[in-house]
Amino acid sequence: MDVVLLSRMQFAAATMFHFLFVPLTLGLSVMVAYMETKYARTGDETYLSMTRFWGKLFLINFAVGIVTGITLEFQFGTNWSRYSEFVGDIFGSLLAIEASTSFFLESTLIGVWVFGWKKLSRKAHAAVMWLVAFAGTLSSLWILLANGWMQHPVGYTMRNGRAELESFMTVITNPFGLLEFLHTVSGAYVLSAFFVMGVSAWHLLKKQNMDFFTRSFKIALVFGLVSSLFVAAIGDTHGVHVAQTQPAKLAAMESHWETKTHAPLHLFAIPDEKNERNSVEFGSIPGVLSFLGYHDVDAEVRGLRDFPADERPPVLLTFISFRVMVGLGTLFILLTVYGIFKRNRLADSPNYLKLMLFSIPLPYVAIELGWVLAEVGRQPWIVYGLMRTPSAVSPIAAPQVLFSLIAFIAVYGLLGALGFYLMLANAKKGPVTASQ
Amino acid sequence: MELDVLQSIWFFIWGLLWAVFFMTDGFDLGIGALLPFLGKSDSDRRMMINAIGPLWDGNEVWLITAGGVTFAAFPKVYAVMFSSLYTPLLLILFGLIFRGVSFEFRSKVESIAWRNFWDACIFAGSIAPAILFGVAFANIFQGLPMDQNGYHGSLIYLLNPYGLLGGALFLMLFLVHGALWLSIRTSGPLHDRGMSAGGNLWLGLLVVAVVFLIATWFSTSLYSNYLSHPILFAVPLICVLSLVCVKFFLMKKDALKAWLASCLTIVSATFFCIIGLFPNMLPSIPDAAYSLTASNASASQLTLTIMLVIVLIFIPVVIGYQLWAYHLFSDKLSTHDLAEDEAY
Repeated sequence: MDVVLLSRMQFAAATMFHFLFVPLTLGLSVMVAYMETKYARTGDETYLSMTRFWGKLFLINFAVGIVTGITLEFQFGTNWSRYSEFVGDIFGSLLAIEASTSFFLESTLIGVWVFGWKKLSRKAHAAVMWLVAFAGTLSSLWILLANGWMQHPVGYTMRNGRAELESFMTVITNPFGLLEFLHTVSGAYVLSAFFVMGVSAWHLLKKQNMDFFTRSFKIALVFGLVSSLFVAAIGDTHGVHVAQTQPAKLAAMESHWETKTHAPLHLFAIPDEKNERNSVEFGSIPGVLSFLGYHDVDAEVRGLRDFPADERPPVLLTFISFRVMVGLGTLFILLTVYGIFKRNRLADSPNYLKLMLFSIPLPYVAIELGWVLAEVGRQPWIVYGLMRTPSAVSPIAAPQVLFSLIAFIAVYGLLGALGFYLMLANAKKGPVTASQ
Repeated sequence: MELDVLQSIWFFIWGLLWAVFFMTDGFDLGIGALLPFLGKSDSDRRMMINAIGPLWDGNEVWLITAGGVTFAAFPKVYAVMFSSLYTPLLLILFGLIFRGVSFEFRSKVESIAWRNFWDACIFAGSIAPAILFGVAFANIFQGLPMDQNGYHGSLIYLLNPYGLLGGALFLMLFLVHGALWLSIRTSGPLHDRGMSAGGNLWLGLLVVAVVFLIATWFSTSLYSNYLSHPILFAVPLICVLSLVCVKFFLMKKDALKAWLASCLTIVSATFFCIIGLFPNMLPSIPDAAYSLTASNASASQLTLTIMLVIVLIFIPVVIGYQLWAYHLFSDKLSTHDLAEDEAY
């Protein structure tokens, strides 16, 4: 195997693994901060044990998320050194700003929160968690502006054989990055809400700590409903923007081969990349793709055949990722809307609770596939239109990368398994109540 | 601001970030490396971990920031440094990964085998990065085998005598630093063990430091800046004096002052090397024409200017809230603290 493929596999493995933990960190911090604020305001002990119970799960998840994030900061240098030289002026700056404005705040204050129960007033302690949540969200803004620049480079000029900064304001107001930020963070909130609802459902089905888990469920339900509507609305806007900035990705998302107006959406299709067509397609609804891309059923949508073969992303993976993500996103809205009607009879709705328990993994699948769509759909470019992925890789030997890839898989596999085990054990154990 | 002035400022900010990382996470790494030696019982070891529990995470971000700033201000250095030092860097990162999760996972399960496993990870994840940082930086000071085709070396090559000496120096600095921090945060037998380990390790540090200073004369050209500007010898002089102060305060049984002197030792030792290196960032051994310097590897003037504004605003803010966190968590731990549900 060559260095490019190995490095891509390593980056994908490291990023996707890291991203199993990031969304829950983003969303659960907000919910824990909310619970603790309720406690600080009302003095209600149930909110305190909620803060501690969900806080403990938050911390286990946070630990794995934070350590696996460190490797990402350095992997651009280790494996993608030509890319790093080419974009450091802009991309590197965003990472440095992320570290100095957000990551420091998050990491310093998490220690204060964990160890500061006796040292701070209730309100100050709750405020620390709000700052942790704020810092995490701010972090993702900078990271997604950096990714947004790879997707849709702006504010640069080509000089000295690299992309140099021309307008900082243009870079930090890049609509692509801002849309990615809103879409990703609200997706993370959906995931966290489903996590809290699912764990609560398990306890409610066991008829234990009913008050505690009913309250937790309801907080997450409202959070989840708002977020799942928001993530869909932003996703729609994002789709329109992708149509303008990355037409090849849009065509691959829908496996749309021929340029035409009133472009249809196929309910089912199997892309056949070799013959540049879909081997099977049915349930086509005319105009829907035109509408999704341009909010106009008459609009012309460029087909894949009109892009040179070496400028097309892998169709099948892009196509499936998009489809499953959108399908799951729709399901999340249905499940939370249904939950609103059931909210006062949760304990009497075992089927709904079971459904919510088994739904815990679904937002994980959706959010990972969202990233597959964003990154695979950008190929063959590492910086859209400017630099191809194969020319970005470090001049290093393949065996070195193979060795590190195996190490990544072994280490992350172990951490993932142990982290999962600890989350499960602590989630099942339930809260420590004030009387204990 | 003129480009060359900006580049020089950034060179020293780059050095400062590394220095602060070594000063802060250095004692975390030191305590981790001392864990099997000073932690005689499970509660001793928990005490040691909780002594750094609230702070290690924020300390580690100085590494991330040093990396990020290298990427932003000197993209070419970032690209060459981390792809050349591929294997040692990944070993450092894996070490730090294991150390980090060990703190969180260790006390979550009541099993001796489980805890022993994570204790071993904390030890390995602390001692390996401590040594490897020293090896990597000593090799940078010495110069890397780089030409127009890039870097030609391997992990084995990096383990040359001067590289290993650098590893030993960093390890000794961090061990002393860790033993002192442990003494600040504990009382009773663990405090006494920290103080006596600090005293014994100090002697070892002194020997390694002297050998390193002499070997640096023969293996690197770090002294040339000093010979042309003798006033700069003040920096190594401060380093030596603060190292002596560490011992002085140890004898006076003042762990806090000894630790502060140790902070100054680490920062001035880093600056001794950084000043000697200037303006080189990654010197090439075969031919200085291939060296990466503050001027030929830097980002554009605009990026350097904007980043300077950001760093001048935010780094003081960071230092402010980190000092607050240090202020909160520099008191002596008690067994009562270990009974807390959130304690490691």
